Amino acid sequence: MTTETHDIAVTVNGKVYKRTVEARLLLSDFVRHDLLLAGTHVGCEHGVCGACTILFDGVAVRSCLMFAAQADGHSLETVEGLAPDPEHLHPLQEAMRDCHGLQCGYCTPGILMTMKAFLEETPSPDEAQVREALSGNLCRCTGYQHIVDAVLLAAERALGSSK
Amino acid sequence: MTTRSFGAPVTRNEDARLLSGRALFVDDVELPGMLYAAFLRSNVAHARINSIDVSEARARDGVVAVYTAEDLGDYWAPGPLLVPPPPIKDVIFNQRTQVPLAKDKVRHVGEPLAVVLAETRYLAEDALSDIALDLEPLPAVVDLEKALADTSACVHDGVRGNLAALVRQSRGNYAVARARADRIISRRLLYDHGASSPIETRGVVATWDDRAARLTVWDTTQAPVFLRNGLAGMLGLSERQVRVIAPFVGGGFGPKIMLFYPEEVVIPWAAMKLNRPVKWIEDRLEHFFATTQERGQTHDAEIALSADGRILGVKDIFLHDTGAYNPYGLTVPINSQCTLLGPYVIPNYDSTFRAIFTNKPIVTPYRGAGRQHGVFVIERLLDIAARELNIDRAEIRRRNLIPPDAFPYDNKIIYQDFAPLSYDSGNYEPILDKALEMIGYHHFLAEEQPRLRAQGRHVGVGVVCYVEGTGIGPYEGAKVQVQNNGKVSIATGIGTQGQGHFTVFAQVAADQLGVSVRDIDIVTGDTDQFYWGAGTFASRGAVVAGNAVNEAAKVVRQKILKLAAEHFECAEEDLEIVDGKVSVVGVPGQSIKLGELAARANPMRGAVKPGTEPGLESTQYFGPSGGATASGVHAMIVEVDPQTFTLEVLKYVVVHDCGTVINPLILAGQIHGGVAQGVGNAFYEQLVFDEEGQLLNASLADYLLPTSLEAPRTEIGHTVTPSPLNPLGVKGAGEAGAIPVGPLFAQAIEDALGLAERKIELNEIPLSPTRLFELASQQQ
Repeated sequence: MTTETHDIAVTVNGKVYKRTVEARLLLSDFVRHDLLLAGTHVGCEHGVCGACTILFDGVAVRSCLMFAAQADGHSLETVEGLAPDPEHLHPLQEAMRDCHGLQCGYCTPGILMTMKAFLEETPSPDEAQVREALSGNLCRCTGYQHIVDAVLLAAERALGSSK
Repeated sequence: MTTRSFGAPVTRNEDARLLSGRALFVDDVELPGMLYAAFLRSNVAHARINSIDVSEARARDGVVAVYTAEDLGDYWAPGPLLVPPPPIKDVIFNQRTQVPLAKDKVRHVGEPLAVVLAETRYLAEDALSDIALDLEPLPAVVDLEKALADTSACVHDGVRGNLAALVRQSRGNYAVARARADRIISRRLLYDHGASSPIETRGVVATWDDRAARLTVWDTTQAPVFLRNGLAGMLGLSERQVRVIAPFVGGGFGPKIMLFYPEEVVIPWAAMKLNRPVKWIEDRLEHFFATTQERGQTHDAEIALSADGRILGVKDIFLHDTGAYNPYGLTVPINSQCTLLGPYVIPNYDSTFRAIFTNKPIVTPYRGAGRQHGVFVIERLLDIAARELNIDRAEIRRRNLIPPDAFPYDNKIIYQDFAPLSYDSGNYEPILDKALEMIGYHHFLAEEQPRLRAQGRHVGVGVVCYVEGTGIGPYEGAKVQVQNNGKVSIATGIGTQGQGHFTVFAQVAADQLGVSVRDIDIVTGDTDQFYWGAGTFASRGAVVAGNAVNEAAKVVRQKILKLAAEHFECAEEDLEIVDGKVSVVGVPGQSIKLGELAARANPMRGAVKPGTEPGLESTQYFGPSGGATASGVHAMIVEVDPQTFTLEVLKYVVVHDCGTVINPLILAGQIHGGVAQGVGNAFYEQLVFDEEGQLLNASLADYLLPTSLEAPRTEIGHTVTPSPLNPLGVKGAGEAGAIPVGPLFAQAIEDALGLAERKIELNEIPLSPTRLFELASQQQ
């Protein structure tokens, strides 16, 4: 039985958390069950489905493929950190709602985080680029079409408002 | 409120919670003192259990308990038969249902043998390796035809030939039809369906409150009410002592309607026995074995036609893989048998199936629920007939469509809901016309395809028809209540897995009650909030529960008008309910808020008239006399790379008739998602078992779900033929997207590669680049 532990300090959505964790604790389990930020979901625990995607120093990563200890000293962003306040949604979240880009909503947090990072790199994507960027996140409900529409709409709105 | 909510593309009430990570899923339930369960599962498909020694696991630090079948004592029992065989003459049905923990024998890889309860999930999984298991392997029953032989091993002792069921249904006289046919076409057709693979796997959390003497269970189920009833019975509790909550559920698609899964039996029992909350969350590997799936059927089918392409009759004999147990009865193969008839006039039909026990995971309905298999058979036969009779593929379908004046149309066989298979309403030809127009069928064949072929491109078109039996009974209910704050609360017993219930039910009630969709709060899947119901399956939520909501809202509307008429001392006809207020028409300032009326309807002091019911509330139930039959046509233009045999879908069209549409945005989502699952089934997903019953591709890296690169953009067209069987006129739409994709792919790919000219037929699903290469390369 593994008993090796690490003292870690992780910034999540701007807040610093200090914890002692087992070396083998997955980052996804740490975020969900230690920090109680359960908006990040777990779908496969082998890095394929993308449901557990979070931003790690701004880069979209699968939290089920990392250990919590690896996050020591790093800054994470989860779905709970997207909206500016409880009354408003992030523009990407708004576009997802407007386009019916979610059904059961289980894969949605991972998709939001993946697409947030994507749109920051590619603010004016075409459909093929969105589909390519989305292809690492599995969704079983939507057939992806409305998600693609939502990402394109969010990009369009962001460009429109920045003009 | 001047605009109607019903029929509008209203965005969803539930989305803000889901989008911001605030929705509760089962694994989000955290309780103090919780224990975590891990199951020891068989790693072989068929074996006798010589011994299970759990003593070392019990001794591990952090392990609280380890249980085997023996420890369950009298609680150990095979699960219930969920769906008894329909009343069909001379049915043979051998009931063998799953058990909570295997005793004596294991019958499929993944069958649970023992459960560890520990302080963390990591520790529980560690302790699994401490269990000493002595299994004596037996020959595995895997192949359907071999399973039937007298010499085959038996999955269940005493069930010779592994025959789970034998069912024959017929109408007319196929032999006579055959004798006068101009053309007989016989083929063997293979259709395999896969794992539903919701992104949320299954899970159960149970907690026993000793002081309140109540058990609360959070479960990823599509059927919370029946889970509550069953658990109460098994645990010796009153139903009032058990609360089952199906919170937000991350995709269902059928397998989550199945009960009782072993874990659903064991976890609540352990929580009571240990008097601590217990959580079990299935991992993805477990999901491939421990959650039910669909699989293959082998059809030997024959169609008899006249020279002008009219179907005179169909004969079909098929084998159905039911897996190691058959708790769901005959639903899947009966759906195959019935849905084969499709939208066509088939005056003579003779269909026999054998359901076969195999040493593989249990088969229960997965989106389409066997309908795919039947649709594949008739659509392929029609494709071959069109070719042999030199009739256009769309035209041969048109000639056989049930005419609009023939409804209700009695197919004269029995459906999965035990009722005669009768189509309530339909108008099929306009659907076909619209689909042909949207895909540009005739233009493509006459001009585009020759032009592209001249460029060396392999592009083909497909068009297929189908019906979908939806909205079956028995019933659902709803409680509609106006609250003192003026908002409306609606509770119903069904669970929700993404169908938009929080919005479509609100749309149904909003128009009746003159309130905004946003002011209606829906509760689903909590047995403490609504006691009765069957569940979310068979594309029935919007039809059955939706109509219950409508009925209850109508009664509440009458209560509102009656009370307001008394208040204003006017006639009910002089009142209107708009914007959350009841107003006297034409008298400005004469209005009262719904919340105020609700408070008046529940006075704290004083007297009421005899017979007065408190509140503005009603509970109503709706049970249709039969299922509502939706229908549609899918059409596709596809390009095949002749080197790699990968596909590119250039255009995909669905024209669909599901009666009156409540919310076109949500309906489109259902169809898009169904098509994507159909595409996975047609060309990417296959559960590959070896001869020993081992699943060789039990990971999402090897079992290929369609991504955003494989799922095509889908154009949707609607026609509307309301159902006469419910006041809203709605039909279900949950499975329509998924049902006909297999035969569409087979037909369009054959066309693209010009396989017909080489006498090569694609008579199996799933295909894949590899399989297509093999089939297309064969020499005829």
